[in-house]
Order: sequence, then C-alpha cells, then structure tokens
Amino acid sequence: MIGNFDFDVIRRALPYLFFEGMRFTLTLTALSAFGGLVFGTLIAMMRLSGYRLLARVAGLYVDFIRSLPLVLVIFWFYFLVPYIGQWLTGASRPISVGAFASSLITFIAFESAYFSEIMRAGIQSISRGQPAAANALGLTYGQTMRYVVLPQAFRNMLPVLLTQTIVLFQDTSLVYVLSITDFLGAASKVAQRDGRLVEMYLFAALVYFVISSIASIGVRRLQARISIVR
Amino acid sequence: MGTGTYLDLLLAGLVVTVEVSLLAWIIALVTGSVVGVMRTLPSRTASAIGFAYVEFFRNMPLLVQLFLWFFVLPELLPKSAGLWLKQMPNAPFWTAAIGIGLFMSARVAVQLQAGIGSLPRGQKLAATALGLTTVQTYRYVLLPMAFRIILPPLTSEFLNTIKNSAVAITIGLLELTGEARSMQEFSFQVFEAFTAATVLYLLLNFVVVTAMRFLERRVAIPGYISGK
Repeated sequence: MIGNFDFDVIRRALPYLFFEGMRFTLTLTALSAFGGLVFGTLIAMMRLSGYRLLARVAGLYVDFIRSLPLVLVIFWFYFLVPYIGQWLTGASRPISVGAFASSLITFIAFESAYFSEIMRAGIQSISRGQPAAANALGLTYGQTMRYVVLPQAFRNMLPVLLTQTIVLFQDTSLVYVLSITDFLGAASKVAQRDGRLVEMYLFAALVYFVISSIASIGVRRLQARISIVR
Repeated sequence: MGTGTYLDLLLAGLVVTVEVSLLAWIIALVTGSVVGVMRTLPSRTASAIGFAYVEFFRNMPLLVQLFLWFFVLPELLPKSAGLWLKQMPNAPFWTAAIGIGLFMSARVAVQLQAGIGSLPRGQKLAATALGLTTVQTYRYVLLPMAFRIILPPLTSEFLNTIKNSAVAITIGLLELTGEARSMQEFSFQVFEAFTAATVLYLLLNFVVVTAMRFLERRVAIPGYISGK
C-alpha cells in the first residue's frame, strides 16, 4: 500500500485544503474562542455574583451544556438557529443562516460553558483582600472587575484558556457532521472524489498533529514563564 | 421500520452508547494506567515512550483518529488482514470502542501521572526501605492511593467518554445521537427527536455522577479532605 502512496493528490489539493478548509477552521476557532471567553466570563461573573437567581441560571446552563455531546449540540443549533433568528428579527418564517454563522453560534454557546468554568476558577484564585481593598478605595463592582480581578484572573488562567482553545481547534472538526468544508471536511471531500482516503486522512491527521503539538509546546513554555513570575 | 416505536430506537441507541462507552472506558483505564505509570518510572526510556504516546493521542481530533482506524488502517495492513477488518461484523462498534478508548487513555494517563506525582515522596522511599520491589511499590503503595485521589477527575473523564461516543456517528454507528438523527430524518420531528436524546443524555449523566459520588465516599482516604 505504501508503494502506491500518491503524494501528488495531496499537493494538488493543498490550495483547497488550506485556503478553503484551514481558513474556515482557524477563523471558527479564533472567533469561537473569543466569543466563548467573553460569554464565559459573563457566565462566571453571574455564578459568583451573589444574586441567587442569576447564579442558579448560569449554573444550570453550564451543567446542561456540559452534559451533552458536542455533536448533539451541533445538530440542535443547526436546526434551532433559523428559529432563533426568526424570533429575534420578528420575521414571518425561519430565516436561513449560513453554515459559518450557524457553527459559530454553536461553538460560542458550547465553549462559553467550558470557558466559564476556567474563568470561575481564575476569579476564585484571586485572594479576597483584593476586591475588598478595591471596594474600600471606592471602586464600583464594574471597576473592581475591570481593573483588579479580571486582569489577574485572565493572566493566571492563560495557559488553561489556551489549552482549551487547542481542544476547541480540534473539536471544530466535528462540523464535519453538517458537511461543512472545514479543514477535515475539505480533506474528506477530496478523499472521496479521488478515492484517496488513505493519503488525505493521513495528511489531515499530520496537519492537526503538527499544529496542536506546536501550540501545546508554546503553552508549556508560557506556563513555565508565568510560573517563575509568581 | 417494523413494529418498534421511535422510543424503542432511541433506547436501542442509548444501549449502544452505554456499551461503547463502557468498553472504551475499560480500554482507556487499562492502557492509560500502564502509560501513566510508565511516565512516572525512573527509566528515561519508559518515560519518553509514555510522553510520546500521550502527545500522539492528544494532538489529533478524535474524529480524525476514528477515520484513521476505520478507513486508513485496513488499507495499510496486509491484504488479508485488511479485508478481515473491513468485513468484520459490527465494525463501527469495535472501531469506536477501541478508537475512543485509546483517545481517552492518553487523558487517563495524564491524570494518573498527576495523581502519583501528588503523593509525598516519602511513600515511595518508605516502600523501597521496606524492601518492596518497584512492582510491589506501585501495586501496594502508590496506585491504591493515586487512584483514589484522582477519582473525581476520572469521573469527568468517564463522562467525557460517554459524550465522545457520539462522535462515532461519523463512522456510521447508530448510538443515541445517531438514532435521534435518523429519527429526525425519517419523521421530520426535529425537536422531539433531539429533546428525547437530550433527556436521555442528562439521565445517563445523572446516573453516572450519582454512582461515582457513592463510590468516592466508599473509597475516600481517611485523613484527606474528602475522607471520613
């Protein structure tokens, strides 16, 4: 089998794989990580806010999302998003949402549950004296969070947040179930068109492996640097 | 579709989900324990092999790994072995169990390594001083402690295994999500199908969490925060 391994299939597919597929994967990863972080932080703040109802709602959301498989959530949102759009815009029928928007909403909703747990741990890692001191200085809750607690929480949790982003990068491959052309989707389409499953899937695996490995080495370096400072 | 109702199909899917998850979890625990122990051994070689193993399985998406096992492996093997693999009855089931098991084993290994690492050095030294061999040290001193310490993270890894079993839908396994998806395709009852699957996943989660809490209390180490 190795004898008739066809490198040319891969070479010819490279522009499609990277400019179509990888661009989708990386854009989705970056925007979902950003959105997940923003909403995750909000959810974490809700959980720690001291308002019973707010904390309860946030907690339920996180536990709910975290007990479902990502594949099921992808299916859910794929069918729900048009209806949510209809509800939001007041349109008379479900609006059509592109593959990218649909998967972006899905991943932000899904990842914000996971990011919120990280941020919660980050916020809780700040000693009580700091918000108390901020309060004594006359800072409002918003200012305390903005200038005192969150910058430190982000910093302490940066390695974990980045590791979660690597997981997210790998998880975006699951949009395959909606036949979307992300990196794996592109590889799979070429594989099926040319009947070259072995070459394309091995190549896809290699690319994911190299990117994730380099990223996790980077995170480890960062962690070492941060832990010296503290 | 015969006489079965959609609920029967969903329940059949639930059974497949449970079976795949349990089998994968056994593989993950056994392999992960071996690799996790290797990473803590004094031998440089063993530790390096363990490191390579963990990196290999952690840095590829599960979906890609399943594709490698399902589509690529039979082609790379000698003809007869490849053919045997392809014609194996229930191939998606076994591929999913082994693929998810190996994927999770890297995570179990990391947890176990951390668990062994969290034990005071004195335990290993004392075991050596008592004349225990390395195998005995692990068997009677380190592992019984480490496994009990990492029980909570292991619970969430088991829950992850259950969730990851849904990825097997991509190689054609009709587990819970797969059954819900096909029910939705047959009946166009999107919300009913996915709601039912969601409720079943929540129930499964609840059962596992409750059972593990019970187990955690049973095996808690006296003197630790979680202990009696």
